[in-house]
Amino acid sequence: MRPFTFTKAQDIHSAVKDISEKEHAKFIAGGTNLLDLMKIDVMQPQRIIDITGLALNKIEETEEGGLRLGALVTNADTAYNEEVHKRYPLLSHAILAGASPQLRNKATNGGNLLQRTRCYYFYDNTTPCNKRQPGTGCSAINGYNRMHAILGASEECIAVHPSDMCVSLAALGAVVQVEGPEGKRAIPFNDFHRLPENQPKKDSNLSENEIITSIDLPPEGFAENFAYLKNRDRASYAFALVSVAAGLQINKEKIIEARIALGGVAHKPWRDKKAETLLQNKEATKENFQKVADTILKGAKGYIYNKFKIELARRSIVRALMQAAKKE
Amino acid sequence: MATDYIGKPKNRIEGRDKVTGAAKYAAEFHEPDLLHGVVVSGAIAKGRIKNINTSKALELDGVVQVFTHENTPSLAWLDLSYKDMDAPPGDPFRPLHSDEIQFNMQPVALVVAKSLELAKYASHLVEVEYEEKEHDTKLIDNLEKSEKGIGLRAGFEPPKSIGDFEKAFDSAEVKLDLEYFHGAEHHNPMEMHASTVIYEEDGNLTIYDKTQGVLNSRHYVSMVFGISRKKIKVLSPYVGGAFGSCLRPQYQLFMAVLAATQLKRSVKVELTRPQMFSFGHRPITIQNLKIGASPDGRLKAIHHSAYSETSRFEKYIENIVNWSAKLYNCDNIEEKYRVVPLDMYTPLDMRAPGGATGVYALESAMDELAYKLKIDPLELRLKNYTEEDKSQGKPFSSKTLKECYRQAAERFGWENRNPEPGSMKEGHQLIGWGMATGIWDALQMPARAKAVLTADGKLEVGSATADIGTGTYTIMAQIAAETLGIPFENVTAKLGDSSLPFALIEGGSATAASVGSAVKSACLKVAKKLLKEAGKLKNSPFKGADLEDVIFADAKITDKKNAAWSISISEVMKKREIDKIKKKYALIPNMLKQNKYGRNTHSAVFAEVKVDEDLGTIKVTRVVSAIDGGKILNHKTAHSQILGGVVWGISMALEEDSFMDHNFGRFINHDLAEYHIAINADMPDIDILFVEEEDHIVSSVGAKGIGEIGLVGVAAAIGNAVYHATGRRIRELPITLDKAMGLHTAKAEQI
Amino acid sequence: MKENSNPGQSKPVPIKKEKINLTINGEKQEIKIEAWTSILDLLREHLHLTGTKKGCDHGQCGACTILLDGTRINSCLSLAVMHDGAEITTVEGLAKGDQLHPVQEAFMEHDAFQCGYCTPGQICSTIGLINEGKAKTLDEIRDLMSGNICRCGAYNNIVKVVQEALERNNQ
Repeated sequence: MRPFTFTKAQDIHSAVKDISEKEHAKFIAGGTNLLDLMKIDVMQPQRIIDITGLALNKIEETEEGGLRLGALVTNADTAYNEEVHKRYPLLSHAILAGASPQLRNKATNGGNLLQRTRCYYFYDNTTPCNKRQPGTGCSAINGYNRMHAILGASEECIAVHPSDMCVSLAALGAVVQVEGPEGKRAIPFNDFHRLPENQPKKDSNLSENEIITSIDLPPEGFAENFAYLKNRDRASYAFALVSVAAGLQINKEKIIEARIALGGVAHKPWRDKKAETLLQNKEATKENFQKVADTILKGAKGYIYNKFKIELARRSIVRALMQAAKKE
Repeated sequence: MATDYIGKPKNRIEGRDKVTGAAKYAAEFHEPDLLHGVVVSGAIAKGRIKNINTSKALELDGVVQVFTHENTPSLAWLDLSYKDMDAPPGDPFRPLHSDEIQFNMQPVALVVAKSLELAKYASHLVEVEYEEKEHDTKLIDNLEKSEKGIGLRAGFEPPKSIGDFEKAFDSAEVKLDLEYFHGAEHHNPMEMHASTVIYEEDGNLTIYDKTQGVLNSRHYVSMVFGISRKKIKVLSPYVGGAFGSCLRPQYQLFMAVLAATQLKRSVKVELTRPQMFSFGHRPITIQNLKIGASPDGRLKAIHHSAYSETSRFEKYIENIVNWSAKLYNCDNIEEKYRVVPLDMYTPLDMRAPGGATGVYALESAMDELAYKLKIDPLELRLKNYTEEDKSQGKPFSSKTLKECYRQAAERFGWENRNPEPGSMKEGHQLIGWGMATGIWDALQMPARAKAVLTADGKLEVGSATADIGTGTYTIMAQIAAETLGIPFENVTAKLGDSSLPFALIEGGSATAASVGSAVKSACLKVAKKLLKEAGKLKNSPFKGADLEDVIFADAKITDKKNAAWSISISEVMKKREIDKIKKKYALIPNMLKQNKYGRNTHSAVFAEVKVDEDLGTIKVTRVVSAIDGGKILNHKTAHSQILGGVVWGISMALEEDSFMDHNFGRFINHDLAEYHIAINADMPDIDILFVEEEDHIVSSVGAKGIGEIGLVGVAAAIGNAVYHATGRRIRELPITLDKAMGLHTAKAEQI
Repeated sequence: MKENSNPGQSKPVPIKKEKINLTINGEKQEIKIEAWTSILDLLREHLHLTGTKKGCDHGQCGACTILLDGTRINSCLSLAVMHDGAEITTVEGLAKGDQLHPVQEAFMEHDAFQCGYCTPGQICSTIGLINEGKAKTLDEIRDLMSGNICRCGAYNNIVKVVQEALERNNQ
């Protein structure tokens, strides 16, 4: 990797100040993705600010009765946290479906949100990639695109966000708390990541000078009726081809609220709130689930190697909802 | 004390070193002021280097040198000098030789620096400008440019036809004509290729190399760099997996020696994981099987042809289509094999080269035939069972395949199988049972070994072979201890050292039969000497005795007829005042005898899969593998060998696929996150059994070699099980979930 | 050819050495290390503790697994400077004198390796898994041991070791 200056941030305020004043600076916490990319020269920060000393390492109750996940709590500690496990099992399941125990022990919640795509071409410096080097082109569109997007892609980029955790956070309707030089702001999860459009370089709407402080979970955890379904090329330690986070609130056979988020299909965890409303006051039947799946995938577009994902996503949505409804 | 060890499940003698971290691999030998070399890989598939700028790297404090084609001194003039013991016909790749780019990820520079971190950084600063030429890396588009798959290569058997296929096929009542395909694979041993060259004051080189043949590495270095073999010592005590990837000296060896000899410093070069995709792979094949049979299931005609890929500079050939004539009783067999030169590195022998892929197609086709005939797949195999190798018209040296079928089928519960596809289901999981046969060569190669017995009762045996995890250290010690009847703990086995007696590269499942037999013979020579010395003792009952008259056991020599006539080995040594008995043995296979027989190992593999009816996800849930591998020398390490083979089969069947992006002529999923290798969660219950028959035609120790047979046939058994589960024939590996759903991209559409 | 011929023009690499304290296999050490050095390279290249293996250097294989304050992590994706004060246990630190750790013994007994290269990582991962206390069923053991690739395919023997270790722990 390239040389960099290394400093340790003492508090959030100075961390944010530090990063705003310096160019090519990056925060580091778990480091599991940043160091990976620095080693292959895909990311070349000149300054590294270690934020692991900041007091963002707690899981605590929010005033609204939800749960606040500190940005520096590890993925493993989050997944195995008793409250999370009890009240937000969807989140626990999603985290444990991703990476490996060793990586989950190191990777933090904030870092999970900021992990970069696993697109082969993004990872290979010798090939054009608009995300890595804007303006060079997208090698995946006419290349090997098995892992790539079927929803919300642009002509400039068809990369997908690789996280499992984020798919469940999207379904749960989490809120990302961030702090920057201009102060604090709360970003609804759905607005946190973005679609590539004509700026694939940007993965999220977090500004370069902002730090994630926590991820807040709303009180409703869909703990009774949930499912996280992940399809991948081996049984563990592989990124999702298609994953589905599903949560249902059911009362007397009727669905009150449905949450459906997809992973491995878009530049961000994919959630279609309009489609979800189709299930309101409906019974939890396969037919109803198929309808909502069709709606979610209406605009889906496949490429040479990932066309199968459209049908796989359709079937996975139905399966996940059936599981969430405890119909199978 | 009992000193019979052969066949016993002994723990690995090097186990303690491996579980404590004491075992040292090629990149782990330290030396003060050791320099670190990092290779810069090329970015194009074909063309030339227009300009290479190393100044930014060289500017840095601590960067010692950057080697490129521009400043590499002219080495050996002839391509021939670069030919290693496993080189296929052609002109071997010469690293940093010229500006020509012959394949993607070709090494274009070596950065040498005082620390690894610095060398890595500096490697990013080397700027290369290329002049690109149009490349061709796609096999299927270039079949018309194919060449006959023949050439001289150790272990290669040219395809051979028997009888009259055309006529027999035409007249056959039942016919099949099928095409099979599989992707490229890379060996990916866990240890990345590395060489550490210690530059001695007198210019001698001690080289720790990741290799399956220390003598091959020494030969290569000697020839390429023009250094006397006497000045080179190659050591490879531990190899972190190889699977064929270390049969040939890879370019990290060249690089490390180049830097060390030029700088007169000790240098270590370790490749990166992406670079592990840059020097040879299991080649893609496109295979065609035509089978003609009678309605009652007799094979009348078999045509097996294959197209495969090679580089422009070497003609890589392997035995893909040669198996049906050894496996089945069929009189009309046609074998055709063609290779297509492409702009890629030469493919490289990978565990069961040719067999893993050729038998996959053959055994998949046999399953299809069974369904067409409405005959049980196992019954079809038994109906066409052969007691002779039809390709040569010779009996087998040994063969227990029939018993393998029987025992494995029984363990698996095959008789309860309903042949109807989709007939078994658990929730969403379709359950399928499939079976296949495996076959591989039972080879013996020339090998030398030494045995040294010292007065303290310790025995050292040695041969310049390798133990790549195969258990060679342990079986050498077992054979030696039992042959001389001394405690196992008193034996030391040495290998992976070029100063030891000659052994060929460790490959082809031949090491146990070759080195094992040489060790046994060397020990017998020691025994003979001991007996002679015992005979010289006063009033010795052993005077004039032959080895046949006595037993070497429990650290004693005992007369077979009169157990009271016994003397301990140490007493003989002491009384005869012998410090040391040192014997060498050179094994030359008895080809006259061996050539009268077909010599093969076999396996019967049964697999159960569960396939999700909607999502296509496949889980192998059960495998039973019965092995005809001759005498098993160590049941513990042999079990692990076959276990590993089965895991490889699962990985091959469902996951492994080095994807070449033909736009760039580059393997694009070049890391372990995206090149999927089976992991723990993929594992089924794996039941392994050995149907032993000592084969003294293949080797004096009775072993036939089991390094590859565990893999052969597994992918077919799994594919056949997927058909049984789903009713869907997938003639392409790996069988990923999209294929199981019937939704994958047709080959014609692929880039 | 000689070494780099322009030493006059050479410029220092802009990376600073930091001072950290680590307890490695029970031994407290003060270490001066450049910020870009991973724990893995610190162990292997600087301290010559080569028991911890490099199989990919990218968190994709698990060969570099160590115990950091008792927790299993990939040492290749950890900067040493970020772990001042930490306690590191590698495969070299598991045995007590000649007495192997029971998990090491079990790896030998069950032949839970062939080439031995992934073994230190598998062993540390097994101990980490036991410390975590989350794996109960066979499927859970398999999933929670999936961060360690074994190319030789010794998984089923490794699982036997883990099961045995968990049973021993429960007694």
